[in-house]
Amino acid sequence: MGMIDWDAVQTADHVQRGEVSAVECVEEALSRIESTNPTVHAFLHVDAEGALAKARFMDHNVTREAKANLPLAGVPVAIKDNMVTIDMPTTAGSKILEGFRSPYNATVVELLERAGAIVVGKTNMDEFAMGSSTEHSAFGVTRNPWDPTRVPGGSSGGSAAAVASRMVPLALGSDTGGSIRLPASYCGVFGIKPTYGRVSRYGLIAYASSLDQIGPLARSVRDLARTLHLIARHDAKDATSLDVGIISEAPMPTALQSLRIGLPEEYFGEGIDIRVRTLIEKTLDRLREFGADLIPISLPHTRYAIATYYLIAPAEASSNLSRYDGVRYGLRVAGDDLIHMYQNTRQEGFGSEVKRRILLGTHALSAGYYDAYYLKAQKVRTLIRQDFDKAFDKVDLIVTPTVADLPFRLGERDLDPLQMYLTDIFTVTTNLAGIPGLSQPIGLVDRLPVGLQWMGPPLAEDRVLSAASALEAILPTPEWPLSGGIQE
Amino acid sequence: MTNQYEVVIGLEVHVELKTQTKLFCGCANAFGQDPNSQTCPVCLGMPGVLPVLNGEAVALATRAALALHCTVNSHSKFDRKQYFYPDLPKAYQISQYDQPLAENGHVTIQTSIGKRDIGIERIHMEEDAGKLNHLGQRLGDAEGSLVDLNRAGVPLIEIVSRPEMHSPEEARQYLVELRTILSYLEISDLRMEEGSMRCDANVSLRPLDYTGSLADLPRVEIKNVNSFRNVQRGIEFEIGRQRQLLQTGQRIVKETRGFDDASGSTYSQRSKEEANDYRYFPEPDLPPLVLSETWLQDQREALPQLPDELRQYLAQRGVAERDAEVLVQDLNLYHYWAQVVELVPDVRLVTNWLLSDYSRLVNAKGLSFAAPKVNAGGLASLLSLIISGTLSGKMAKEVLETMFETGETAEAVVKRLGLIQITDHNAIKEIVSAVVTANPAVVQDFLSGKEKALAFLVGQVMKQTKGQAKPDLVNALLREVLATYA
Repeated sequence: MGMIDWDAVQTADHVQRGEVSAVECVEEALSRIESTNPTVHAFLHVDAEGALAKARFMDHNVTREAKANLPLAGVPVAIKDNMVTIDMPTTAGSKILEGFRSPYNATVVELLERAGAIVVGKTNMDEFAMGSSTEHSAFGVTRNPWDPTRVPGGSSGGSAAAVASRMVPLALGSDTGGSIRLPASYCGVFGIKPTYGRVSRYGLIAYASSLDQIGPLARSVRDLARTLHLIARHDAKDATSLDVGIISEAPMPTALQSLRIGLPEEYFGEGIDIRVRTLIEKTLDRLREFGADLIPISLPHTRYAIATYYLIAPAEASSNLSRYDGVRYGLRVAGDDLIHMYQNTRQEGFGSEVKRRILLGTHALSAGYYDAYYLKAQKVRTLIRQDFDKAFDKVDLIVTPTVADLPFRLGERDLDPLQMYLTDIFTVTTNLAGIPGLSQPIGLVDRLPVGLQWMGPPLAEDRVLSAASALEAILPTPEWPLSGGIQE
Repeated sequence: MTNQYEVVIGLEVHVELKTQTKLFCGCANAFGQDPNSQTCPVCLGMPGVLPVLNGEAVALATRAALALHCTVNSHSKFDRKQYFYPDLPKAYQISQYDQPLAENGHVTIQTSIGKRDIGIERIHMEEDAGKLNHLGQRLGDAEGSLVDLNRAGVPLIEIVSRPEMHSPEEARQYLVELRTILSYLEISDLRMEEGSMRCDANVSLRPLDYTGSLADLPRVEIKNVNSFRNVQRGIEFEIGRQRQLLQTGQRIVKETRGFDDASGSTYSQRSKEEANDYRYFPEPDLPPLVLSETWLQDQREALPQLPDELRQYLAQRGVAERDAEVLVQDLNLYHYWAQVVELVPDVRLVTNWLLSDYSRLVNAKGLSFAAPKVNAGGLASLLSLIISGTLSGKMAKEVLETMFETGETAEAVVKRLGLIQITDHNAIKEIVSAVVTANPAVVQDFLSGKEKALAFLVGQVMKQTKGQAKPDLVNALLREVLATYA
């Protein structure tokens, strides 16, 4: 097993033991990026020099004893481009922020660097995290490493593709309606969206503030756990950040024996690709074999989730994105007067999907429509949360497919935004309810990955990770694409 | 249709809170600094930033609400008020919309027919915007504008009165009393010229036979007037303008008007029909503001003595209402007064001296009571010399002036100038007799009924004693001696 096969924990272990240097780890990542990124286009920006300088510093100036206290010593990581960084540009995939440099680091970036991680670059995404395919970036599409004619999922498609194609062992994504879990599923990697408030949003460019959460994408459950252990900390700079204790660094695989797993009927109905369904059911059988208690449940308000999401998220987005007005930073397109400067800047700076959601959200908040749209959506949101509360009285965890189908082809859903929106149907509910959701790769069909989603009660990340870890142990080691480079 | 109208006025007052830091970030809340020197990513509205509520601002706002007799809501929340303008970095202002910090208070004003409570509908917290500095002479032909965001994020409270004032004078009184109350709390600089207190006035005329709701009356808002005097002038002008319109059968347009200081008139800025839809919605980055009863109790206990309490106290101490009001309006003066009264318990003497001679000197020399030239102990010693009869009132005035000039104590001045009042009965009588003997003609005048002649004789005695004879004693002795001539 070579370096390329190491997950983040193994990488850090080797660096801590002095068996490889941080520079070697970064060089390995940079060489993978060099060979693979031109095809996959996972990265928008790679800071080779900066990353090597940090690695060199660690190799020369950090003692072995000190490295033992760096849980991610020398681990190259990728950061979704909606988390701000001092050392690299931050664009959120939008032309309106082209060339923008943040004067401060996001809290998560600080925490990762403090733990010894070395940020090698910023990953591509749907503009302002609005999309499910990473096709809506102002800087080109990201391709699925398993099949470059297909999408990697989105909006954290760059982070998922970077981990799947082994450019880096670990990446951060953000998840507003499924933006970590969907690309994790489509690319065959692990990804978790924590409980709302677990990870500080300070420095995350807001899409929908009440739904956004940062989380890791990785190649093993333990990598997710170690990363969350480090970044899920209370942050005084985020008033919605929870102060509720720390997630275990290395959760023990849970005993599947008599674990009560809920299977919501609403997630196993019509519309699921038969190949996905078959693989999910096979996996459920494995869980059953190991003694898990699979219990049919109902989450009756699930059918309103997409409509609810597409009122709340655009409403908040319309507000969050109004600061991009050309006055202080980013793109400015001149106009005859102030109003026209605003109009020209936003007309040229935003892509069509972003404009669509700003319009939707602005309408939903308009005088005379607020009660019927935004307020009602918030009420439905409460009902969706109550569905989960009730379900978790009866079961420990819930399992569903992460997404109903296999990665679709580039451009396939361009003309039908509604079809695109439905891609998130199994993932948006956890954002609306604020609960943790994890996508785990369970195998391939037709050489394309399939993901299974775990959902848990609020703050039950440890439980979710333990169960995923148990399943990880009984499934074959996930394959990875392109061991010999991309096959066109 | 009647020609009789009732004036209806409501005021919205913005007050900047004098906190250490801004409302949602750690930047200093400081006036008059270099442009954009008091800023950080949060108040600049950089991508990714989040607001964190400043507890000190909540405490100051709560104290204002309590002092204005409001009910402070244990649950309130923040909302985003959205509009584009270069001085508003996020393109939304974090404010409080439908669940404000406090509601239902009042300010008591003195009207011609007695005291009246003007209701306060609500007090809410919000962040201030920055400032634009336009390049060029006028906004209309400005070549550009520079944005200064030092003020962006400074905490404000907005105090919204009920439309319960009926004359420009009542509006002025409301503002004066509001400012007095807030000044006791020391929560704001309250300087209208610096913008730390700002006032918008809503004015409408209600025909006496109008029975509909006040909210439906066409209302004109006069924006951002820079002094109490101009609020009053603006309202006066607006009443005249609206009355004129109504009497000539024209319609009053609901609009926002500016006030022009030079002409004393108001001018149209924008009509409400084209007003913004602010698209308020709950601020998702801030949890609801929950105030515990214990915390509220702490705030109640932190309240200082308020103007009405002080008025009551001064009345008890026998200070005349007019004098009391002067003390109430100037807390530094009151504190000085209280210190002097502590040392010289003659309330009347102290009050008279402080409000007349002492204040005259302070004002003439451009001094203040915050850092008095002659401290309370100094004035008390001087007044004690009057009470003991050592100094006459007239002499004391001279001594006080000298004290202001040289910084000496009263005793030192008296000693240096030898200013001891002559109270020795025999010594004065001797001089009186001599004066009477030396002025037979004047004595004759007096005896023939010219009372004025007495004043001349008093003057002569005072002259010979260098003004140090006790005046009432001189008077009495003169009459006594003159009586022997009759």
